[in-house]
Amino acid sequence: MSRRNSVGDISHTVVIGGLAAFALLILVGPVVVVLITSLTDSPTLRFPPTGFSLQWYEKLFDPVASRQIHRAAFNSLEVAMWAAAAAALFGTCAALGLAGTRSRSARTLDAVFMSPLILPGIAFGLAALMYFSFLGLRPSLMLMIAGHAIMIVPFVLRTTGASLMQLDPSLSECAASLGSSRLYTFRRITLPIILPGIAAGTFMAFMASIDNVPVSLFLSGPRSDMLPIRLWGMMESTLDVRVAAVSGVLIVSVLVLMLLMERTVGLTKRLKG
Amino acid sequence: MLRLLTGRGQQWQLMLPLALAFMAFFAAPLFILFGVSAFDDEQITQPGLQTWAGFLGDPFYWRVTGNTLKLGALTVAATVLIGYPLAVVYMRSSPRVQRILIFLIIMPVLLSVVVRTFAWMVILGREGVLNQALLALGLTAAPLRFLQTELGLIISLTQIELPMMVLPLISVMSRIDDSLHDASSALGASSWRTFFRVTVPLSLPGLIAGCTLVFASSTTAFISQSVIGGNRLVYLPLVVWQQSLVVYNWPLASVAAVMLLVSVTLCIAVFMLLGRRSMRYLNV
Repeated sequence: MSRRNSVGDISHTVVIGGLAAFALLILVGPVVVVLITSLTDSPTLRFPPTGFSLQWYEKLFDPVASRQIHRAAFNSLEVAMWAAAAAALFGTCAALGLAGTRSRSARTLDAVFMSPLILPGIAFGLAALMYFSFLGLRPSLMLMIAGHAIMIVPFVLRTTGASLMQLDPSLSECAASLGSSRLYTFRRITLPIILPGIAAGTFMAFMASIDNVPVSLFLSGPRSDMLPIRLWGMMESTLDVRVAAVSGVLIVSVLVLMLLMERTVGLTKRLKG
Repeated sequence: MLRLLTGRGQQWQLMLPLALAFMAFFAAPLFILFGVSAFDDEQITQPGLQTWAGFLGDPFYWRVTGNTLKLGALTVAATVLIGYPLAVVYMRSSPRVQRILIFLIIMPVLLSVVVRTFAWMVILGREGVLNQALLALGLTAAPLRFLQTELGLIISLTQIELPMMVLPLISVMSRIDDSLHDASSALGASSWRTFFRVTVPLSLPGLIAGCTLVFASSTTAFISQSVIGGNRLVYLPLVVWQQSLVVYNWPLASVAAVMLLVSVTLCIAVFMLLGRRSMRYLNV
């Protein structure tokens, strides 16, 4: 292999390596830029900042001046928690059911459950708004939770399904032949093995709910203001540097949560399939 | 619940809760969406196909639909161009470097789209990082305009969607037998030939999955489209939003949403068909 170092081989290494380096730069660069911008001491978004201060974080954590942001953030957290819990419960049950059958209808159902990943979210958001308003329901956190849960359930289905595939069926057969009931086998054998998969999927679902724009856009109202929609409003009207501070908080939280999930359930291993 | 877990051969019933939830909160709303699109007036009292006729008869909406699909296609092309090499480099790295790379690839996925769009506003602005770099390098005399241009939007969407391309690729590539590459080069094939004749055909399923996800997600990326694209660039999601939440013309908004849904789904279906054909052709 090392014998031939032709022009073609070198160009291959340079082109592939160069494009990959560019991909990494484009992937990580913006995150760094936002973190640095959030520490600026000026009232504008100039980059690089002329000096550093925590003034925007102070303004962000001011309970009076940033009351609406706090409210939206707590709404987003509450919705994400309930929606992720619902997705975990419904999604795990469905994954167990799907793993048990190989029929055509089960495969169709699986495709339907995964379709929120592909379907234009904007179309679903509008559909949900009209549906709930025809039912005479006003925008509320409950409806938001239902809409989010549908959108994020594919994440749980995928990781739980993947860990069920790796489950050796002889384990439960073995337990059954040793006289344990199905429930006992599930509780002591299946569940502990697939639990990291469920946890990783639920975590991704939780983050996807926090990040959800289309459903939040259409179902948010005076009682259900959501963080991404409020941030969008702040970006559209006046360029508020507090957006950078919120971004900074989100970046640090994501990093901490990711490290935590990596340590406990091996998150990255489960996501690359 | 207990009986379901303990009963024999009736595991399919475990799908029922989610199936019912999808009926109530997914199928029913989409049904309403199609229904409302078949009304003529904003009060939704007159059934008819006038709204559809108006939409389909207006060249503006055809242009918007075309631009939306074009935006998706260009984003797919850009993510393939830089995502594929990233996946290849990942596969060739040591386990230690792989751990760092996968962390860097997944981290942006978890970060809010709004935050990433905001980052691109800071970078692409008149006095942004990109213009400063270009000015400093002497590549341009005056600041270039990136915000409110298609190029700027594609740059942002490329970063936002890149992980959706790279993750399925890595997932499929890690199942390719390494000895195939060794065999190819031992038999005298150049690196490029091995790449195009071995790596690409074998990773086709990952490529198809990645393209599907990126296309679907970039065509409906409302926040990036409206913040980076501004009001000068109009895409279908903006029409849906404007007509429903600003003008309150629900039938027209529904028509635009159905158009988005149908055109994106059609493109993906055609693409998957071609992908499957080419896989059969390549015999993999």
